[in-house]
Amino acid sequence: MKILEVKDIRKEFPGVLALDAVDLSIEPGEVRALVGENGAGKSTLIKILTGVYQPDNGTITYKGEKRTIANPLEGQKLGISVVHQELNLIEHLTIYENLFLGRPLMKKVAGANLIDWKRIKKESTALLDRLNVRLDINAKIHDLSVAQKQLVEIAKALSFNCEVMVMDEPSATLTDKELEVLFTVIKDLKAAGVAIIYISHRLEEIFNIADSVTVLRDGKHIVTLPIHETNRTKLIEYMVGRELGAEYPNWKRNPEEPVLEVDHLESAKIKDVSFSVRKGEIFGIAGLVGAGRTELARAIMGIDKLKSGTITYRGKPSNFKDVSQAVKKGFGLVPEERKSQGLVLQMTVRENISLANIKTVEKGMFISKKLDRDTSKKYIKLLRVETPHHDQLIKNLSGGNQQKVVLAKWLNADASILIFDEPTRGIDVGAKVEIYNLLVELIKAGKSIIMISSEMPELLGMCDRIAVMHEGKLMGILSKEEATQEKILHLAAG
Amino acid sequence: MSEQIKKDKAIWVNVKTLVRTVNSKYFILYAVIALIIILTILSDSFLSLHNIINILRQSSMVAIIAVGVFFAIVSGGIDISVGSTVGLAGVIMAKSLVELNLPIFLGIIIGLAVGTFVGLINGLLVAKRNIPPFVATLGTMGAVRGLTYVLTNAYPVSGLPKGIDFIGRGYVGPIPVPIIIMLVVYVLAYIVAEHTRVGRFIFAIGGNEEAAHLSGIKIDKYRIFAYMTSGGLAALSGIILVSRLASGQPNAGLNYEFEAITSAVVGGTSLSGGKGTILGVLFGALFISILLNGMVLLNISSYYQQMLKGIVLILAVMVDVARNKGH
Repeated sequence: MKILEVKDIRKEFPGVLALDAVDLSIEPGEVRALVGENGAGKSTLIKILTGVYQPDNGTITYKGEKRTIANPLEGQKLGISVVHQELNLIEHLTIYENLFLGRPLMKKVAGANLIDWKRIKKESTALLDRLNVRLDINAKIHDLSVAQKQLVEIAKALSFNCEVMVMDEPSATLTDKELEVLFTVIKDLKAAGVAIIYISHRLEEIFNIADSVTVLRDGKHIVTLPIHETNRTKLIEYMVGRELGAEYPNWKRNPEEPVLEVDHLESAKIKDVSFSVRKGEIFGIAGLVGAGRTELARAIMGIDKLKSGTITYRGKPSNFKDVSQAVKKGFGLVPEERKSQGLVLQMTVRENISLANIKTVEKGMFISKKLDRDTSKKYIKLLRVETPHHDQLIKNLSGGNQQKVVLAKWLNADASILIFDEPTRGIDVGAKVEIYNLLVELIKAGKSIIMISSEMPELLGMCDRIAVMHEGKLMGILSKEEATQEKILHLAAG
Repeated sequence: MSEQIKKDKAIWVNVKTLVRTVNSKYFILYAVIALIIILTILSDSFLSLHNIINILRQSSMVAIIAVGVFFAIVSGGIDISVGSTVGLAGVIMAKSLVELNLPIFLGIIIGLAVGTFVGLINGLLVAKRNIPPFVATLGTMGAVRGLTYVLTNAYPVSGLPKGIDFIGRGYVGPIPVPIIIMLVVYVLAYIVAEHTRVGRFIFAIGGNEEAAHLSGIKIDKYRIFAYMTSGGLAALSGIILVSRLASGQPNAGLNYEFEAITSAVVGGTSLSGGKGTILGVLFGALFISILLNGMVLLNISSYYQQMLKGIVLILAVMVDVARNKGH
């Protein structure tokens, strides 16, 4: 008995056929992974299932009944809820206020309708209990970790008596430990008969949690399989539509002399961190979210104030007072949040590329149109950025191509110490491989890379050495030979 | 699908985006043309050389201020202290000429310096003290106007030397000097906005302050620059006004901030920062003065004029908000 069945769904946007005759059906208690590259049509399909969009063609059958879902609220009332990638919670309100936001439970007092906070609190506690999570319902959302916020979202979905739950990249920002909690919750939901559609870019976890998998590509349904009938390589091939070859590049590793020395560094969030990075080396930094990895990057770049310790670059003291100093000396940060930190979205590809080193496109006091254009064209070609034009607005590019533009910006700034914070987050499998290959090219050109990542395989596949952080401290540095997932986890747990 | 069809489709998409950019960027141009046509039909005296020069001269002062406000808005802020700065810069210049007998050019420099200094204070409050731009410049708006009254006891400063009237009332050939000053300001502003790092960085900061910061841009420096430009141009406008009125009026420039902000926003400058064009601001300023001029010609009461100005501002912001949502 299917709980939800969609057939022959078609959705066209001006100039794009987003979905073309897509079928999907799911049973109660089934965990279905939905995978595909960016632009494959996953989000559009989800938006149709939840009533955000109406399909141009095709049918939706819910609990054996053909119907339309006019808007998300109707979807929720029917029992179809989404836990969004970007969480939809109000930060300065408490958990219980968020859970019943927009549809408070009411009571009548002397003829007037008032909010029944007592009942809301009781129901909220019950909802969290159902998930077996220990959270104080009085806690404000901004005091919660991303993982905890996600649990609140899930509880909110449950409060609608959700029977089909769509999870849109729930794991993108979770650490492995938090992921375990999420998986336990998913298993409980599954046991309670909730059907779950699970979207993720991290293929490892799909094999951990899903019963079956549906692959979309270019708006078309490619295949639906029980999870045990496929494997990672095959899935990637379905997604990309071709054989991919090795995921991590192989190259002759040849790190030279140390160029960056970090000695007993202390800031508000990091404690006594020391390490050195060599020329031509990829130096990984592992750790759970909140372990101080991003803060370490910020301290090196001169964004956060240092309390003590020294940074030496090529023998010269390099405790930078601000970012502009660091950039001048050849440091570049490819930040975690590409859209909010890495790029000026309303500017063009061209304008973003020259941002960190405007000198390269200036002639005297003025920006030279020709230099500006030629510079951007050079990097678009060098990094194989897929864009129709250098004057294309950067927001219209895919995640992978946007990331390449951030990288181009630092190449143009002639950065030789590049700090990548989650370099492949939210990027397609195919584009990931390209980014990895670019990193190798940088290394071969004598640059040094510090790579912060929550994706263990990525660290193991790319890094010459991996430092592991826990609560602001550096717990140990593992060489490529000795590093394993277990050892990293062991150190990361403190 | 054959290659040809794909290609045709691509060209079609390009044409559509082109039309869309022209529409969104130069929407105001259409509005100005439409307004000119309407007024030409409604009023016999509208489309005469005399009236057109009159419109341009009247618009010049607000149009110059609008350029400064444009930079403040593009940097992600706003400057509502410009009207008061017009007054302060004007009376200090007038006083320095009348009471200290300074040469005219020195008086002008002092006036400009006063305006730029007010801008510097705004910039420091916004960039270094993180005071929301609206509140910071609301504060200076009150304080600066107050200071103007303190300095003058609210009496006009009169008895200016003769040579000063050239700036506000002189002509070069058939063209009034204020119009020439305005055009020079717009040309320079265009070059700064489109062809220098200062412009590029101010747009970047308004578009995404964090990304600009992490790219190594000294964001404080450029934000302060934006407010100094705003103050300096308000002062320039104040100097023209003194010359036109042949006295330093303590309440000069009252409500100018309103028209300047309206001009910038009507001209397509986005209040959320990072978006706008100098040409758009020019047309925005023209639109406002043509509108006001037209209402005078049609004998519409000044109370209605004020109402309409307010409505135009709100409509322009509505368009801006809708456009931002569309993306």
